[in-house]
Amino acid sequence: MSTNYEYVPEPKLVKGDHTFGSITRLIAKTPLAATPPLWYLAFAIANLLLITLLGAVAYLIWEGVGIWGLNNPAGWGWAIINFVWWVGIGHAGTLISAILFLFRQGWRTAINRFAEAMTIFAVMCAGLFPAIHVGRIWVIYWVFPVPNQMAAWPNFSSPLLWDVFAVSTYFTVSLIFWYVGLIPDFATLRDKAKGKVSKMVYGIGAMGWTGSFRNWWNYEKAYMILAGLATPLVLSVHTIVSFDFAVSLIPGWHSTIFPPYFVAGAIYSGFAMVLTLMLIARKIYGIEDIMNIDIMEKMNLVMMLTGNLVAFAYLMEGFIAWYSGYIYEQGIFWLYVVGPYAWGFWILMFCNVITPQFLWSRSIRRNVTLTFIISILVNIGMWFERFMIAVASLATDFMPSSWDYYSPTFWDIIIYIGTFGLFFTMFLLFLRFLPMVAIAEVKGVMPQADPHNYDEETQEFIEANAEPAVTQQQTVEQKNQ
Amino acid sequence: MERENKTVHGVLAEFKNPKELIDAAESVKDSGYTDFDTYAPFPIHGMEKAMGIKKSPLGWIVAAGGLAGGIGILWLMIWVMTDAWPLNISGKPLLNIPIYVPITFEITVLISSFSALFGMLFLNKLPKFYNPIFNVERFKKATDDGFFICVEASDKLFAEQSVSKLFTDAGAIHIETVYDSE
Repeated sequence: MSTNYEYVPEPKLVKGDHTFGSITRLIAKTPLAATPPLWYLAFAIANLLLITLLGAVAYLIWEGVGIWGLNNPAGWGWAIINFVWWVGIGHAGTLISAILFLFRQGWRTAINRFAEAMTIFAVMCAGLFPAIHVGRIWVIYWVFPVPNQMAAWPNFSSPLLWDVFAVSTYFTVSLIFWYVGLIPDFATLRDKAKGKVSKMVYGIGAMGWTGSFRNWWNYEKAYMILAGLATPLVLSVHTIVSFDFAVSLIPGWHSTIFPPYFVAGAIYSGFAMVLTLMLIARKIYGIEDIMNIDIMEKMNLVMMLTGNLVAFAYLMEGFIAWYSGYIYEQGIFWLYVVGPYAWGFWILMFCNVITPQFLWSRSIRRNVTLTFIISILVNIGMWFERFMIAVASLATDFMPSSWDYYSPTFWDIIIYIGTFGLFFTMFLLFLRFLPMVAIAEVKGVMPQADPHNYDEETQEFIEANAEPAVTQQQTVEQKNQ
Repeated sequence: MERENKTVHGVLAEFKNPKELIDAAESVKDSGYTDFDTYAPFPIHGMEKAMGIKKSPLGWIVAAGGLAGGIGILWLMIWVMTDAWPLNISGKPLLNIPIYVPITFEITVLISSFSALFGMLFLNKLPKFYNPIFNVERFKKATDDGFFICVEASDKLFAEQSVSKLFTDAGAIHIETVYDSE
């Protein structure tokens, strides 16, 4: 037996025969061109849902949280589920923009702007729920350490307060990161815009950016520092979200596996959401050269990895329930499987344990339709995961005499559906007015951007210098003489 | 279009590709100029060596901001929990450092990020309301697919003729004098 190594070129990040100018035109054309009629239709639907949300929230504030389906053992229902679900979705954006940046994954440039936008809007939807669930929303500022007439301060030892800090920091840092990334692209749009108003608005966003290398030098440093800050931040946010559960004493919640399990689940659902949105947008806006199949496959690989991590965590929960010898933990696990919410458990198992296994096949990873279906299933599965954690653990707690079955009311459902209105209103505005791909960053990973890929004498670009090679291993059977 | 009454801001040259720009920057630096800058739609790998730029001090700004934020919030929490609003929760100690870790971490990251954003803008002298280089119509390409270098008039060695010659020798495809319109 011997092994042969063969160098094969790695697939190009940007497909097609693109120059720097054509990349600019491809991406900048959408924010600068006239609004497509289809956009108005989509925007109208999103606005309708948004108005529904606002109406439902107004009624909730008027009437109180009694309009939700909460009951005595289940004091947390859809609000916390939706909060965790939306925050989790947001995590993919930061993972793509920060962690993959630190790992020098050039393919992130195709989707990072898009995913970061998704993060910001998802965190907006998430942040709504803790704010409206408090009942007396007009004193929500009590969660912040603001000096007040009562001389009262928040309780810093409560995980729920940690959550306030974690989510608000996460939102702010994501916004800063997003804006820093947008500055050079605002400058590109400013220089490309024809209209007076658009020129001015993009000009304000660009703040006088010239593309000067002395500016790029500090800019790149800032970008790297922000990526370095966002990396532990994104891991901490869902960890702290999981503390909301894990620090309590409820069986099924009181578990040390929660932080890593929540983070993996967050990334899993977030990648699914990015894929869902990306597969639609790349088709409509004709940017398949940038958001190409290779990138979809890489995202599917991340989804497969995190999906299996989540599946392992489910397995571990069952194992620990048995191994701990703690009857309440064993009881709650058994109730998950065959109890009143067993239907939720089996939906969850199907969507989160079975579905990612399809991604072992390369042809499924590269199939747009199947990936789209899988991405939807994953998000349904992740919603049910939070449903099982929040509701199934509470509804059947220590004392069978206090057990009760939790069902959502009309208002639970309509507020959840309404958040899609908020999300898509923001997202459609983003698609319409901002560059949906980081123009400067895509140019930066093109082989033409690296001076080493040019000939020393003629100063012409040489394709052959550019292609990064990967080693392919071949095991060859050697014949014995 | 001659504008005799305008002051000269510098001489701007356009180059074909990142490789030519980096070589031109190197020769400008080697000719002894210090007040010059290169403009490109993306950061070019290795340009800092060609231009002889020192390390960015941004890291120190961020470190200072993060440290201030972390110490500040930790101090606030200790003061609130032990002095301003002490809460007895199941008889747990009032000063309970491990419990302060999550918020201290979050606020450190928050203030560091603000420092990174505002520090970067400060070091880059942004936002900038007026920049004479935008008077050049062609400069619009700098955020698209143009690669420019500009030697500014503030440089001690600056002379329009010699800078233009240097650019011509380096293979510039377009050379233009930048005027200040004020």
